[in-house]
Amino acid sequence: MALLEAKGLVGGYGGMDILNGVNLAVEAEEIVVIIGANGAGKSTAMKALFGLINLRAGQVTLDGADITGAAPNALVGHGMGYVPQERNVFRTMTVRENLEMGAYLKPAAQARVMEQVFTLFPVLKEKASQPAGELSGGQRQMVAVGRALMTEPKLLMLDEPTAGLSPLVMEQIFDRIVAVNRAGIGILLVEQNARQALAIAHRGYVLATGRNRFTGTAADLLANPEIGQSFLGG
Amino acid sequence: MEALAEFVNLYFLPGVAVGCIYALGAVGISLIFAILRFAHFAHGDVMTLGAYLAYSLVASLGWSVYLALPVAVLGGALASVAIDRVVYQPFRRSPGIIVVIASFGVMLVLRSLIQLFWGVDVLNYETGIRKPIPLIGDFRLAQKHIIIILVSLAIAAALHWFLSRSRMGKAMRAMSDDADLARISGIDTEKVVRWTWLIGGGLAAAAGVFAGINSKLHPSVGWDLLLPLFAAAILGGIGKPYGAIVGGLAIGIAQEVATYPWIGDLPLVPPAYKNAVAFFVMVCMLIWRPTGIFKGRVL
Repeated sequence: MALLEAKGLVGGYGGMDILNGVNLAVEAEEIVVIIGANGAGKSTAMKALFGLINLRAGQVTLDGADITGAAPNALVGHGMGYVPQERNVFRTMTVRENLEMGAYLKPAAQARVMEQVFTLFPVLKEKASQPAGELSGGQRQMVAVGRALMTEPKLLMLDEPTAGLSPLVMEQIFDRIVAVNRAGIGILLVEQNARQALAIAHRGYVLATGRNRFTGTAADLLANPEIGQSFLGG
Repeated sequence: MEALAEFVNLYFLPGVAVGCIYALGAVGISLIFAILRFAHFAHGDVMTLGAYLAYSLVASLGWSVYLALPVAVLGGALASVAIDRVVYQPFRRSPGIIVVIASFGVMLVLRSLIQLFWGVDVLNYETGIRKPIPLIGDFRLAQKHIIIILVSLAIAAALHWFLSRSRMGKAMRAMSDDADLARISGIDTEKVVRWTWLIGGGLAAAAGVFAGINSKLHPSVGWDLLLPLFAAAILGGIGKPYGAIVGGLAIGIAQEVATYPWIGDLPLVPPAYKNAVAFFVMVCMLIWRPTGIFKGRVL
């Protein structure tokens, strides 16, 4: 049984459907990446999984339990962590407070998990008392990932965690994502930097116009010449 | 020295006391704006409600008004949560202006209910005059002012502890910073909203009781203060509770000090036009620095 399974997702914003029947699955301990052109519905699919947009059809299950349409704060309690692409840190709060807010539902585990996050991102320990809004883009992304990890999720969903970052910082973030995954957390990733993301992923989905276009192991997708031309920048 | 003592005793210290009342009210307006993103027009009438709840205890049970204060605070807090549940909650996803108008309606209903229940006459918590307490030299301070200032200081300290140390206070700041991200972090935002009304309504009731102690009690005691309250919240930066405290003190002191005979023998601003000072400050801030001293949001 898959950790997360989504079948036939249809929905979007207002009256317009962006998803026209998307299927996704993430196994425990897997890194799965969603790639596709702009407007293909990648971020929308992720928001739909996390209950942030209303679905007109489809079903989402987590560990076999139906979570379709559940409220985001309830999903956090069920073991889903989500890092949105933008506005993903509390800018006026310190790094430590950001992490505390991540542990809002599990205050007892807070100190222990925060140490783990500091081990994963040592720079956050140095900047613990600084407002998150004052950090660099890469450090802010670390705060965002750290905040999501504070709930000890089974599944971590990341929406373009490397957008706007330099290649060097991007590599660091990907490296840390692999480290998180090795600790036994399933990862679902939406990425523009598709080639680099597939390099760390086990499997990938290619979306186009709100539908599944290709599905396969990361190696297969990287080797497919059609995908290479259309989605990986040649 | 005597002139200085007169200025401090009759203008500055009363200004600080009035400023404390404004601060207590403006903190609620600012917190409610930070969490719910709307200007709560019924805030003045929640103050009035608190003031009359205290009056009932004073008049029927013979309690001291200071003993009745905590009960009034509790009443104002619970009434605010109830009003939110019945009136504002159905509009949670509506545009802000709709809730503003709803709060306007609440304001009228609340005031009419107060008039029905307690009448329209001017009332007093206690009759007679108390002598001011001498400090150093010619400086004196009225007993009521001492209590208003000390209790307000204690409340401000408690609020600071709550917002910077407690789990719910931090969740409140998180929701004010980014409500969507707060939900994504697992924060129950409706619970944060309830706490916001508890605190905002409780502080408003305290401000109302103090306003009644400071002068008299009448059904528009809170409504009359709404303008300076908004001026204080905007001056401090709306959505910033600490800013509201600073803004409240600044407006309160400015209003009282403006009535000092700075030029000639007559008050610079006649006491009846005190509110014009608050209005002037508010208009200036909205034109030149709408985010206020503490860089709040734009109303």
